[in-house]
Amino acid sequence: MDPWWRHPLVFWVLGLPPTAWLLGFFLIPLGIVWLFSFAELRGVIGMEVTGTLANYARALDPLYLEIFGKSFLFAGMTTVVSLVAGFPVAMAIVFASPRWRPVLLLLVILPFWTNLLIRTYALIAVLRIRGFVNFSLEWLWERGDWGLALIGLPGVLGDRFEPLELLYNNTAVVIGLVYVHLPFMVLPLYAALERLDRSLIEAALDLGASQWTAFRTVIVPLAFPGIVSGAILVFIPALGSFLTPDLLGGTDSQMIANVIERQFKGANDWPFGAALSFLLMYLTFGALALRAVLSRGRSAMDAG
Amino acid sequence: MSLNRSLRPSRRSFLAGTGAVAAGLTVSPKWGWGAEAKALNFYNWDTYIGETTLDDFKGATGIEVTMDLFADNAELFAKLRGGNPGYDVIVPSNDYVERMVAAKLLTKLDHAKIPNLKNVAPVHMNPAFDPGRVHSVPYMWGTIGIGYRKSRVDGVPDSWKWLYDSNKYAGKVALLAEPTTVIQIAAKYLGNSMNVTDPAKLEAAANLIIKQKPNIRVFAEDNGQDLLLSGEVDLTQEWNGDILQVMAEDPDISYVVPKEGGLLWEDTLAIPVGAPHPNNAHAFINYILDAKVGADIANFIQYATPNAAARALMGKDYSENPAIFPPTSVVESSEVAIYQGPEYSQLIDRLWTRINAA
Repeated sequence: MDPWWRHPLVFWVLGLPPTAWLLGFFLIPLGIVWLFSFAELRGVIGMEVTGTLANYARALDPLYLEIFGKSFLFAGMTTVVSLVAGFPVAMAIVFASPRWRPVLLLLVILPFWTNLLIRTYALIAVLRIRGFVNFSLEWLWERGDWGLALIGLPGVLGDRFEPLELLYNNTAVVIGLVYVHLPFMVLPLYAALERLDRSLIEAALDLGASQWTAFRTVIVPLAFPGIVSGAILVFIPALGSFLTPDLLGGTDSQMIANVIERQFKGANDWPFGAALSFLLMYLTFGALALRAVLSRGRSAMDAG
Repeated sequence: MSLNRSLRPSRRSFLAGTGAVAAGLTVSPKWGWGAEAKALNFYNWDTYIGETTLDDFKGATGIEVTMDLFADNAELFAKLRGGNPGYDVIVPSNDYVERMVAAKLLTKLDHAKIPNLKNVAPVHMNPAFDPGRVHSVPYMWGTIGIGYRKSRVDGVPDSWKWLYDSNKYAGKVALLAEPTTVIQIAAKYLGNSMNVTDPAKLEAAANLIIKQKPNIRVFAEDNGQDLLLSGEVDLTQEWNGDILQVMAEDPDISYVVPKEGGLLWEDTLAIPVGAPHPNNAHAFINYILDAKVGADIANFIQYATPNAAARALMGKDYSENPAIFPPTSVVESSEVAIYQGPEYSQLIDRLWTRINAA
């Protein structure tokens, strides 16, 4: 006889609540927004679904396409920096002693205990002119200036300390996005690296590979699924960010989600906002499909 | 959830149904026939009421006030346009009173239930955005001008030029992240009315900002006063009350309304359509317009009260403070923003998107 959990009734009873949730709170609202994207405005708050494609035509204006492009650039840079910064962290956690591992993992997810808005404001306190980075630099500057004066080189570092303007530019946006999304990169990388058979690394080293070659030809390919999941988990939410560019960005840090947000608020143009949202979704799907095709090509190549 | 008025019948009834369920969940039940529960839902800006006003109101009437906060008018409008989630009193600004009236989101006030309207200064009783005060009563008013750090600026920066058309303070200047306001003030600097609707004139205003962009540090999200206080910028476009708050902390900061004229605004108290406790709402509005209550609120939040009786109760450092009550000449050169309809909002948004992308 089948075990009880194979009984179809169990499947339905357990599956119904999440399905209803998904349907009621995700698919139906999403469907409504999808309908809005084919609507025309009537008066101040009225909308009529007429099947018009005008909203999509407007969204394809070069002005908006450029902003899409910029958002992809920001999200792409965030993904790359997160990967470069996250890989050593994940490696360190995997190779740490079992006693320390849970503590280190806890440290990675610790920022999630604080609200995103508060974390972003904290970053402002770190980066601003009278912030912690500039305080530290000023401290170093004073020591350096004093030291140079002692050895007969006064004033080499300038007359006074000039604080760095770290906030309100595109770099600040990428720093903010990396800070927020780094755990999403570290955790899948950790999961992939943790499963990795260490004897393979030892074998590579025994057979004469340098540390770097072993890393490049053994560890990275084996961690590839983790890299891909991490990249997706970072790229997609980073693409839809609006809070970070709002708070940390300068006068040219606008991302597409900022434009979308305005359509639902100040501009009060829901159909256009809906069209932009769905265009963003289609582009994301497109990027994912492209990745799937590429990785299939890659595994075919590996096999061949 | 009842999201719109002119979708086709089948969808409308579906949405209306879900809306009714949502309303049933959020609106507190009424006790008895005709009587209202001793409750009131107040939707307000942050730090925009007296320290004890809500408790005092409960002491006086037994009505318990629940206050939610919104960050800007756009958020207030977005929250209410799909149907009132249960608010009794809201605080829209002048142009949003017009927008909400156009969208049929505000109820008419019953002046008989607001006898304290007699305390309001006559100049505030018949504004263009709400003639006869049919839908709103005045709560606070003020200007948008320039907050600046005295030690880093030559003299008094009494022209919009220093923000919009000069590299003298390059990188030390912040404009607001309020698309309509920022573009309207640029248009005014170029010699137009703030409420000009000619697309070519608005285009020119946007181009002025694009040209100035290398000198602008940031479009500030209503935190210009913090940027000024922390030395991030030396000049910032801001609401007078926000600058007043940091002037109290740092005597090196000051505020001026430029000679070209600033933007005059007024925040109002209004009752949205579908308010569950309309009688309590009228009682609350009447209470706020009381002279003593109005003075307590103004004393705490340091904005200009339109309540003449309340102002008379206040000390001179408030009632004759030019940063709170600007001189008549400034009021006369300044303008009130008018709501210009959906096409205008879309044009402004497109220009703003272009400014940010340039």
